[in-house]
Amino acid sequence: MITTAIRRIIRSGFIGFWRNAYVSLASIFTLTVALFVIGSTMFIDQLLTTSMTTLQAKVDINVYFVPEAPQEEIDRLYSAVKAMPEVEFVHYTSREDALTDYRSENQNNEIAMQALESLDDNPLGANLAIQATDPIHYEKISKFFEEQKGNESPQTPVIDKVSYLDNKDAIDTLSSIINAIEKASFVVMSVLLIAAVLITFNTIRLAIYTAREEISIMRLVGASNMFIRGPFMLQGTMYGLLAGLLAVISFYPIMLWLGPRTEEFFEFNLLTYYLENIFYIFFVLAGIGIVLGLVSSILAVARYLRT
Amino acid sequence: MIYFDNVSKIYNDGRSAALQEVTFQVAPKEFVSIVGHSGAGKTTLLKMIIAEDKPTGGQVFYESLDVHQIPRAKLSHYRRKIGTVFQDFKLLPNKTAYENVAFAMEANGRTDEEISLNVPQALALVDLEDKIWNFPHELSGGEKQRVAIARAIVNQPDIIIADEPTGNLDPIATYEIVQILRKINELGTTVIMTTHNKGVIDEIERRVITMDGGRIVRDDSKGKYIL
Repeated sequence: MITTAIRRIIRSGFIGFWRNAYVSLASIFTLTVALFVIGSTMFIDQLLTTSMTTLQAKVDINVYFVPEAPQEEIDRLYSAVKAMPEVEFVHYTSREDALTDYRSENQNNEIAMQALESLDDNPLGANLAIQATDPIHYEKISKFFEEQKGNESPQTPVIDKVSYLDNKDAIDTLSSIINAIEKASFVVMSVLLIAAVLITFNTIRLAIYTAREEISIMRLVGASNMFIRGPFMLQGTMYGLLAGLLAVISFYPIMLWLGPRTEEFFEFNLLTYYLENIFYIFFVLAGIGIVLGLVSSILAVARYLRT
Repeated sequence: MIYFDNVSKIYNDGRSAALQEVTFQVAPKEFVSIVGHSGAGKTTLLKMIIAEDKPTGGQVFYESLDVHQIPRAKLSHYRRKIGTVFQDFKLLPNKTAYENVAFAMEANGRTDEEISLNVPQALALVDLEDKIWNFPHELSGGEKQRVAIARAIVNQPDIIIADEPTGNLDPIATYEIVQILRKINELGTTVIMTTHNKGVIDEIERRVITMDGGRIVRDDSKGKYIL
């Protein structure tokens, strides 16, 4: 009895979908545009989050030691900073390594090489590159080294300089730019999103408005409300599913074009992200589409089932 | 089987009364024609029977059931006992003649076997065996009305309500529809029909209720069209 009713509702939903192909198509395309906007928000958000993380990973503190700094002092500071819970990673570069690095970086720069040859001794000091677990900790780490520097006796200096303060302004500016972009994109996307949802709702409502006469006839013939509503709910679900599929497919050529460009600029390839998460993206978009389609149908039919 | 007890319907503006203190009853297997000018209250009267409109006073009974006390969820069950036919046919435009008739049975929860047996029978009764797969827009007015009648009778209702069933039809189609309704009535179904076609009334020679200004002004057991 129930299964017969469900079978009939499903068949009637498919027939209605097919025989009102024009209306179905219009609803699907509108819903696709809505989902495309939602998908774009997802991608932009991902892009900004990832580039923020990449940027934060690039931030570090470099502590440069004077060339004459005693090795035991360097070792002491190295192990002290390594023991700090806020520190993610410390890289130690010895004087010799620093010289090798300098040479390889400047092997085509003759003046620099000649200047280096004319010196008797290695002019470079050792250094520590420190990365914190979170950028907010840099302030503290940098303060630690500043204090150490302040405690040194002027005759035997150890720390030459701490680079944090030099980078700080650049880092702060970049962070605030990214934050501003995130905020602006949130506002713009919210507006677009609301518009997309309203347009979808309206399109489906119009599609069902054309069927209002049919709904009243079905009622007169004695069809129960669920029997009338069912096929429209199925159609709404199908609109959502197909629109989700279309939206995911239509992102492909865009990602193909955008991928290498984002790789260059943000060091994050959108194409790779899209391909790796294609099922997740499909489920999210189709899911939103189905909910939108279903809710719109239920609300639209409800108007004609009252009285 | 249908009993109107002092039924009035006054529209919201408070001035126009569609029905005023209407009292009458219809016995099983009767064929009742309701005649009157436009606006006399004929259609409102039929809407009261199928609970599409509520009276502002009085009660309408279907057997012992007060029609307007039926909860909304149960209304569809009640309507399945009544077959309805309208002047504008009210067929589902996206369904074929067969599907239109079958829909009434599907909505009624009938089995597939019953549907595949009864739908062709109902369409045969109205002489439409050869057009069962046509859509409404491919049918003439008379053919559409015959589909509507087939749909109304397919669930073997106790009663057929026909609101101006011949209003949009030419004389030949009108004659055919009246003959079909008579045949259905002879098979044991109560028929309540509104019309303002004099020829139809004279043809049927059965009970005629005449309405004017929302009141019943005549009730003749073997009536003629008098206005």
